[in-house]
Amino acid sequence: MLTYTLKRLLMAVPTLLIVITISFFLMRIAPGGPFDGERQLPPEIEANLKAAYHLDEPLPQQYLRYMGNLLQGDFGPSFKYKDFSVTELIAQGFPVSLEIGGLAILLALLVGLPLGVVAALRRNSGLDYAVMGVALAGIAVPNFVIAPILALVFGVLLAWLPAGGWNGGALPNLILPVIALSIQQIAYIARMMRASMIEVLGSHYIRTARAKGLSERQVIWRHAIRPALLPVTSYLGPAIAGIITGSVVIEQIFGIPGIGRYFVQAALNRDYTLVMGTVVFYGALIVLMNLLVDLFYSALDPQIRYDD
Amino acid sequence: MSDTLLEIDNLTVDFQLPTGTVSAVKHVSFSLQPGETLALVGESGSGKSVSSTAAMRLLPELARTSGAIRFKGEDLLRATPRRMRHIRGNAISMIFQEPMTSLNPLHRIGRQVAEVLEKHRGLKGRQARAKVVELLEQVGIPDPARRIDSYPHELSGGQRQRVMIAMALACEPELLIADEPTTALDVTVQAQILALLKDLQARYGMAILFITHDLGIVRHFADRVCVMRRGELIESGPTAEIFDTPRDDYTRMLIDADPRGRKAPVDPSMPVLFEAKNLQVRFTLKKRLFRASEHFEAVRGIDLTIRRGQTVGIVGESGSGKSTLGRALLRLLDSRGEIRFDGQDIAALDTAGMRPLRSRLQVVFQDPFGSLSPRMTVGEVISEGLRVHQPALDRRQREARVIEALEDVALDPAMRNRYPHEFSGGQRQRIAIARALVLKPEFLLLDEPTSALDRSVQVTVIDLLRDLQQKHGLTYLFISHDLSVVRALADTVLVMKAGQIVEQGATEEIFANPREHYTRELMRAAFVDAA
Repeated sequence: MLTYTLKRLLMAVPTLLIVITISFFLMRIAPGGPFDGERQLPPEIEANLKAAYHLDEPLPQQYLRYMGNLLQGDFGPSFKYKDFSVTELIAQGFPVSLEIGGLAILLALLVGLPLGVVAALRRNSGLDYAVMGVALAGIAVPNFVIAPILALVFGVLLAWLPAGGWNGGALPNLILPVIALSIQQIAYIARMMRASMIEVLGSHYIRTARAKGLSERQVIWRHAIRPALLPVTSYLGPAIAGIITGSVVIEQIFGIPGIGRYFVQAALNRDYTLVMGTVVFYGALIVLMNLLVDLFYSALDPQIRYDD
Repeated sequence: MSDTLLEIDNLTVDFQLPTGTVSAVKHVSFSLQPGETLALVGESGSGKSVSSTAAMRLLPELARTSGAIRFKGEDLLRATPRRMRHIRGNAISMIFQEPMTSLNPLHRIGRQVAEVLEKHRGLKGRQARAKVVELLEQVGIPDPARRIDSYPHELSGGQRQRVMIAMALACEPELLIADEPTTALDVTVQAQILALLKDLQARYGMAILFITHDLGIVRHFADRVCVMRRGELIESGPTAEIFDTPRDDYTRMLIDADPRGRKAPVDPSMPVLFEAKNLQVRFTLKKRLFRASEHFEAVRGIDLTIRRGQTVGIVGESGSGKSTLGRALLRLLDSRGEIRFDGQDIAALDTAGMRPLRSRLQVVFQDPFGSLSPRMTVGEVISEGLRVHQPALDRRQREARVIEALEDVALDPAMRNRYPHEFSGGQRQRIAIARALVLKPEFLLLDEPTSALDRSVQVTVIDLLRDLQQKHGLTYLFISHDLSVVRALADTVLVMKAGQIVEQGATEEIFANPREHYTRELMRAAFVDAA
């Protein structure tokens, strides 16, 4: 298990390297630069700034310099938030992003799994069709549409909840963004759980469980739920990635000071180092989460053992 | 009639499908006395499994049952769900055809057996565990005190079926329903499981309702036989009577369905078509970066000569390496050693080098359902090889060849525009053979081509293969675990075990006079009588 974990972490290195390289050059290909503001800077000042940040060097040299600094754990300074290093900005934003992301995953599982199970048990009933219909809508409508609608209805028209802002992470401020972030995942998880539950209920070992004289409740709780969870578990990796990328938009819409908002603004401002920092951070996070999900999967399924 | 254990009275089962109602069982009646073994025999679709599953009330919700199923006088079809749960696994228990998938893969086997004891006997903890160890011991699981904590995937198919039996017997039922319990197992394992069931029956005095398609088993195992066909009971009686004086034509056909005919040996002066020397295949189990990788030797140094017109049969149990050997010969797998086809050394050829030879070397696989693309018409399936190997042919010529191939396998050429799912298993296997034949090959690798088919269909496919060999001068390598089929088709037999040939020779010689212990065991287990 330990060897396997180390191996997977080692394998993450080339993955991250590719991610970093591609985003580094993509970012530089995009027109504009970090100092193209509304106010035109005098050419001499701009040249000085560029020299200070080594932006006047040839691109390959800049790339090597960036990678060298990265190896030492240095993400560099932010071009826009001049008094902060990228590391400081990420350290500030991450707890906020983690809170709404973690809550969103939790909500998605707590709502999605039972919905899927119920739909599977009442297959082809009105309830099943209703749940699956709503789930389909949840998948089809992107979160940048859902979020403003939620803000409009519950924040403005009904005025039950704040339409935006963070307010130090107060509960009312959390509710709408977390819901907006989790709706798509709820829908996916419900559909997956339904399909996998139906498959498990038709399997031979469920027939065996019934032939033992177990009650329906025992059959479902003891024999069906855990195997049905396996495919959903392997989906958790992509689900977490989905939540992370979703939070980029959601944080922007609700004005939440997480990493996602920095990321969007940094991209718009061509804040190269901040963009790269968040990309590296997100990449590492997703790789790590996938590893955790796989380890969790092996805990659920005795047929999977990572012994090498 | 008071001592009748189970009485099926005028049972009818209909399935309400979206496409209409299908009657799986029609007005079937039979009964079972305590301690008796009754075999319910029939081919696929005869309704034998549906009848027995109905007794446990385990049919899917689409099923509509009428009639009565009386267990010790109580009509189970009218019992409450609660009452049924009390009976299941307790007074009546069941074992199934699929030992590999009938146990929950996520629970330890001990827990799965203990569950029954907990449910019906209230045993828990240490008491339950002690009883489970005892049961596992009885069904012949080695080292039960340790094995009790194994997961199903750590056991072989035979061992899993033993666990199923332990589970079924935990509460000492009065009736055991065994639905094709040995069909998925190797013949020697099958013999062990049947012996075990007999032994346990004697000990517990339970009745067994034994569902099977295999009359060889029935003759040795059952007291009485019921023969079913298309949902109807067509004949029943004591086993000896049914076998000696079958009244119904269908029963007679089932009894005689052991493939007949023998193939005459080929003259040893015939040219050699295939020759392999010291052929080895190994699979890498685990790749290691700094240490030697772990390997599994599937084929360990086999010498083989196949002459033109010969049918070489390879028999052996699962895992013996017989399919691997066949695929390695055709260079569908990497191997070491020498392979000569028609005088040419093909062991070193790459994919492109093999391509011109491919049309001369064709394969027919076991699974007639999985090996034909469901999105292609039969005509497209058959002509695909022609497009690759003979691109010069135009549409009309290709069509003519497809028609010819279909006529060869005795299918109506007008069916070439239909899709595979519209055909039965036997017809699909004919299509697979036509697909191979259309390229006019010299050599056919037949990998268990009849194993998935009913006995009566098997017979016709074997006749067809023999006719085609005559007509086109084909050479066959025939792989099968079924000794009676090999006997009917092959003139030379190789017996494989653990990647090696343990015995080889002329078919009649081997069957009449098996030298090796393993060969004799295979034959005894398969109920093949010496000629």
